[in-house]
Amino acid sequence: MAMEGKPLADNVFTWPSDDPALIGGVDERGRLRFPFMGRAGERPIELARHGVLWSWTVQRFLPKQPPYLGRETKAAFQPFALGYVELPGQVRVETRLVDCDPADLRIGMPMRLTIRPLFRDEQGQDLLMYAFRPVA
Amino acid sequence: MSDVAIVGIGIHPFGRTPDRTGLEQGAFAVRQALADAGIEWGDVQFAYGGSQDGGNADTMVEELGLTGLQFINVANGCATGGSALISAYGAIRSGQYDLGLVVGFDKHEQGSFRVRPADWGLPEWYGEVGFALTTQFFAMKIQRYMALHGITDDALIRVAEKAFANGALNPNAWRRRALSYEEIAQSTMISDPLRQYMFCSPGEGAVALILTSPKRAAQLTRHPVWLKGATMRTRGAGSFEVFSPSLSVEDGEGASPIAARAAFAMAGIGPEDIDIAQLQDTESGAEIMHMAENGFCRDGEQEKWLREGWTRLDGRLPVNTDGGCLANGEPIGASGLRQVYETVLQLRGDAGARQVPKPLRTGYTHVYGAPGVSAVTILAR
Repeated sequence: MAMEGKPLADNVFTWPSDDPALIGGVDERGRLRFPFMGRAGERPIELARHGVLWSWTVQRFLPKQPPYLGRETKAAFQPFALGYVELPGQVRVETRLVDCDPADLRIGMPMRLTIRPLFRDEQGQDLLMYAFRPVA
Repeated sequence: MSDVAIVGIGIHPFGRTPDRTGLEQGAFAVRQALADAGIEWGDVQFAYGGSQDGGNADTMVEELGLTGLQFINVANGCATGGSALISAYGAIRSGQYDLGLVVGFDKHEQGSFRVRPADWGLPEWYGEVGFALTTQFFAMKIQRYMALHGITDDALIRVAEKAFANGALNPNAWRRRALSYEEIAQSTMISDPLRQYMFCSPGEGAVALILTSPKRAAQLTRHPVWLKGATMRTRGAGSFEVFSPSLSVEDGEGASPIAARAAFAMAGIGPEDIDIAQLQDTESGAEIMHMAENGFCRDGEQEKWLREGWTRLDGRLPVNTDGGCLANGEPIGASGLRQVYETVLQLRGDAGARQVPKPLRTGYTHVYGAPGVSAVTILAR
């Protein structure tokens, strides 16, 4: 997957990569969480790239800036979908949802990890973030 | 086991009061509670108080009187009022004191709660990407609950309709205009499936309570309300909580059912014995889910309950009789105590236009908030 831009944050997903994966963390008791936070006794682990939609909503108003990185004005804001995707046997991750009409979202539908330039920095460079999209 | 009595209650109107600070609203409520109990500030032996954004409660002594009393500040998010209450309860039950104050107040900025990811142990990107909004959490929780248990938009709308109808009968509420079913159903979508009139807003307000031992209660009033149960609990593993970048694949129990069970055990009664309930209604879905989480019905039954009007003032179990958070707003430090204030008022028969028309013996209050905390009280005449 060749793409302009850089990840919005480090250690969230493997990058650069042709087949990126989210990076979770496993602690000494075997508890798996996302993201990997580098806590004592925690080791990183690549998560599954496919899962099912566990729940969802659509953010319909401009989040407070900061912390939201989007530069839109209230009037220009485009609603975005988000939800949780369950990666079987691993963890449910909170995620932006892309390539979908909210009217088509159904709990239980198959979803796939993707990397997208969701934001731009002050120099106009793309900032890459993970998202999930419906499996076609 | 010796009980603890509530002998005085006070409230500052909820909503927006630009010319009073949170602390001033708190002091206002305290003075009203003292008058209601028929006592002076000098009679108060100890106090527990809290606020999230309104300042340090203990500085209130500047306004109320510098008597040197014990005054401890409490911070537990949405459970602040409940935690202050059980702290006072414990102080009297222990025999250390026999008369104390509980006060909660808040004054939040306009709009949604601003969240700093670092405060919650979250990475910065979590807020940058557009997560870290409480509205999203509540929407996703009810979205799934509706799909699993057959709850429809009709139930969400009816909760809000009831809230504003009750608020219209409450002179201390923020929103005092009843909204029609259609107005609510057509209001702006905020976070699917929740619309504008289904959400509470952060706001302002204050409540104060005077608690005593049975002996002091007998000296002060012939109509004490008794705290039969008072609990504050945190979540179990695997529960779905706000501000969670990930969740366990094993479903877990939230703080509300844990707090509820412990309160019923303390009181020695069950949900079927409760006459009136104030349940956290951050948004319509929360009231619905909390009906089941606190044990008042099974998952999915809420659809029928609401359609039949069983939670209205004239129903079999009136819920959120003062309009709840939807009509009063959500000043975090005060809300839990507002619920107790309302319950005491109802049990005394002093709720005026919104008085529940059937005989009342027991009441129940429940709050829930981030990061997975809940506080419950059971009150009885």
